[in-house]
Amino acid sequence: MANYFLDTPGFKHHLHHPLMKRIVELKERNYADKDEFDYAPYDFEDAMDSYEKVLEIVGEICDEIIAPNAEGVDQEGPKVKDGRVSYASGTQQNLDTVRKAGLMGISMPRRYGGLNFPITPYIMAADMVSRADAGFENLWGLQDCAETLYEFGNEDQRKRYIPRVCGGETMSMDLTEPDAGSDLQSVMLKATYSEKDDCWYLNGVKRFITNGDSDIHLVLARSEEGTRDGRGLSMFIYDKRNGGVNVRRIENKMGIKGSPTCELVYKNAKAELCGERKLGLIKYVMALMNGARLGIMAQAVGLCEAAYREGYAYALERKQFGKAIIEFPAVYEMVALMRAKTDASRTMLYETSRFVDVYKALEDISRDRKLEPEERQEMKKYSKLADAFTPLGKGMTTEYANQNAYDAIQIHGGSGFMKDYACERLYRDARITNIYEGTTQLQVVAAIRHVTTGTYLTQIREYEALDYKPELEPLRQKLIEMTSRYDEIVGLVMDPKDSEYLDFHARRLVETAGHCIMGYLLLQDANKDEVNFRRSAEVYITYGQAEVNKHYSYITTFDPKDIGYFKHS
Amino acid sequence: MSLKIIVLAKQVPDTRNVGKDAMKADGTVNRAALPAIFNPEDLNALEQALQLKDEHPGSTVTLLTMGPARAAEIIREGLYRGADGGYLLTDRAFAGADTLATSYAISMAIRKIKDYDLIICGRQAIDGDTAQVGPQVAEKLGLSQITYAENILQVKDGKITVKRRLERGVETVEGKLPIVITVNGSAADCRPRNAKYIQQYKHAKTVTEKQEATVDYTELFSNRPYLNLTEWSVADVQADVEQCGLSGSPTKVKKIENVIFQAKESKTFEPTDHNIDELMKELILNHTIG
Repeated sequence: MANYFLDTPGFKHHLHHPLMKRIVELKERNYADKDEFDYAPYDFEDAMDSYEKVLEIVGEICDEIIAPNAEGVDQEGPKVKDGRVSYASGTQQNLDTVRKAGLMGISMPRRYGGLNFPITPYIMAADMVSRADAGFENLWGLQDCAETLYEFGNEDQRKRYIPRVCGGETMSMDLTEPDAGSDLQSVMLKATYSEKDDCWYLNGVKRFITNGDSDIHLVLARSEEGTRDGRGLSMFIYDKRNGGVNVRRIENKMGIKGSPTCELVYKNAKAELCGERKLGLIKYVMALMNGARLGIMAQAVGLCEAAYREGYAYALERKQFGKAIIEFPAVYEMVALMRAKTDASRTMLYETSRFVDVYKALEDISRDRKLEPEERQEMKKYSKLADAFTPLGKGMTTEYANQNAYDAIQIHGGSGFMKDYACERLYRDARITNIYEGTTQLQVVAAIRHVTTGTYLTQIREYEALDYKPELEPLRQKLIEMTSRYDEIVGLVMDPKDSEYLDFHARRLVETAGHCIMGYLLLQDANKDEVNFRRSAEVYITYGQAEVNKHYSYITTFDPKDIGYFKHS
Repeated sequence: MSLKIIVLAKQVPDTRNVGKDAMKADGTVNRAALPAIFNPEDLNALEQALQLKDEHPGSTVTLLTMGPARAAEIIREGLYRGADGGYLLTDRAFAGADTLATSYAISMAIRKIKDYDLIICGRQAIDGDTAQVGPQVAEKLGLSQITYAENILQVKDGKITVKRRLERGVETVEGKLPIVITVNGSAADCRPRNAKYIQQYKHAKTVTEKQEATVDYTELFSNRPYLNLTEWSVADVQADVEQCGLSGSPTKVKKIENVIFQAKESKTFEPTDHNIDELMKELILNHTIG
């Protein structure tokens, strides 16, 4: 019996990062809950021990229930009948199990029935669930929506809905429509206020809604008649108990087939406003998406790990020309790189989740009292870092998930092309991660301003200034060279002050920042735990430096006039 | 009606995950090399009890286990899944017990608990495979028993209806409370440990464990009395020392033989530790053993 938490050293390593002390202190507020809730921690050590124990439960369920169900779920998929969705039998068993294990509403405050965990251990659970079955991570991970409901709903709404989520009811975020995908400003679902009934009614169609037949929906709808842009949109809560929304069809997807993707028809569906009018897209959905992006990063990391393990196991087992194929340089290089990309993605994920943790915990405190000036500074710093790291991390890790899934099949050769091995499912499941919650191209759009304003460079310099063991100095030197090339090409691209030119090279610049940052994070990991991370640090930085040099070469030899050749005529 | 349920559970060596150190040179089980786990069919029994608790609000589930100090883990594992409390029968004088001495000790503890409607246990433990303790406990307490239970269908008006899984089919029977039920491995799997319960009960300790603990949680144990797990000795349950442990066990092991299977296919290995490890893995994987 394996346990996903215990068989991957990265979890405990990242959980015991020094910043966790501050995070837990902020989240537990002098451990005051212990007098009221008998499952609340006594002190920091007690809290950390609780996270580990709960993550062990998750690790066990992943190994014993969710992973063995994944193949059946992929084949059976959900069904729709009379406007209602029924899950595949394995999905239903997974849901029953995580409910019984009390793994819903993990990050919600205890007063609403949650576990009050920081985001970091919650994301670790998502990472494991995704390794077991990426499609199931979507359903389970939608408990994130409770976070948005908590942040922007009023106390009455929190009390009515959050305990239901903690008790196991599912959620969905109904944003996209047939004509509003990446461009959510064009959402047309109509919200009409009825004076008579003192409530809102929703009418229209939503499309590509994950788990669209959920119990509690957050819905983006046009509340301001006559408007056409994002400022006319508000966020609503629709409770399935009230009725009015039917599932017209579910999509036949390439991957994550266990997770129903629904087309929804709203017919006078009674709903209540969440937060203030007109802030639906510009404030609430943006917050929702940032949380969701972190979730997709976790999904990508879980997939990276799963693909690596499938590829590695097969490379050990498969014999050709009289030896295991992993003995051949062409194969062991692939395997080593898959491991390195997985470790790089995971270290990026938890660095980001810690940033999110600090600022969200401070933000939550600010709901109850005024923050001290230094606390405000701290919140600002981490909020900015979270804002910079989320799109960069989402972009990089989801691409790596795809690359690892691709390589896993390559290692399997012809067998990997058959349905007999898990790698083909991983390949299909990974393919959506760099598309939904914003494509990689849109992550670049969000990340590029942190290239131009220097957020990444400042952070890289901070990493550079840390103490490393002498034997890691050669790696640090490589990273210093990479950083200097990064700095140089950023200057080159920004110099003409031409926004199209910047956009043209944006992905190259963002990726270069990504290689420097992930390289330094792995260097820190290797500094703390030589045995588990040194190899990945070496392999990743070697790879990252070559990638940086490629981008450097492209940009330094590129004549801006040549953009014309790329344009559609 | 609310029910008072006692679940009998045993900590056993995990014979499903055997490595090369599983047996000692003298042919006895090397318990130190095997992880100690909750006997699988006792988990099935616990699930039946917890389902009854779900259906009958106000019911309580109490675990009773016998073993060394570390067997307190069994009680905690029960608490993590929704049980309400437990007792650990532990005393040097209980050591070396066969099924007769074990059922005697357990029945004495149940007499001390006194107030109960149902006693549920697994059919048998994976270390002894006797399936005798449950029935013997029933006999000693003068209770009726239903063995090989797969599903407790209902408890109503002082009666229990149970589906039994037998060799050639199923049988539904009814019995009068109080009663002893032994549960088959084909019954529903036990629910997972719960995230809240594990945080609530992880500090639960017996007196012996508290003495050995490095961290002092004195305040915790006085604020949350349910964290104090009860240990009972031979004297606590007013048992006769002569009937306990080795002295109360008529079973004597005469000889242990290694059984050699008649193999149709054969494989030859160089006798290295690595090859033996690989073979063990293969045999576990194809369910030849475990």
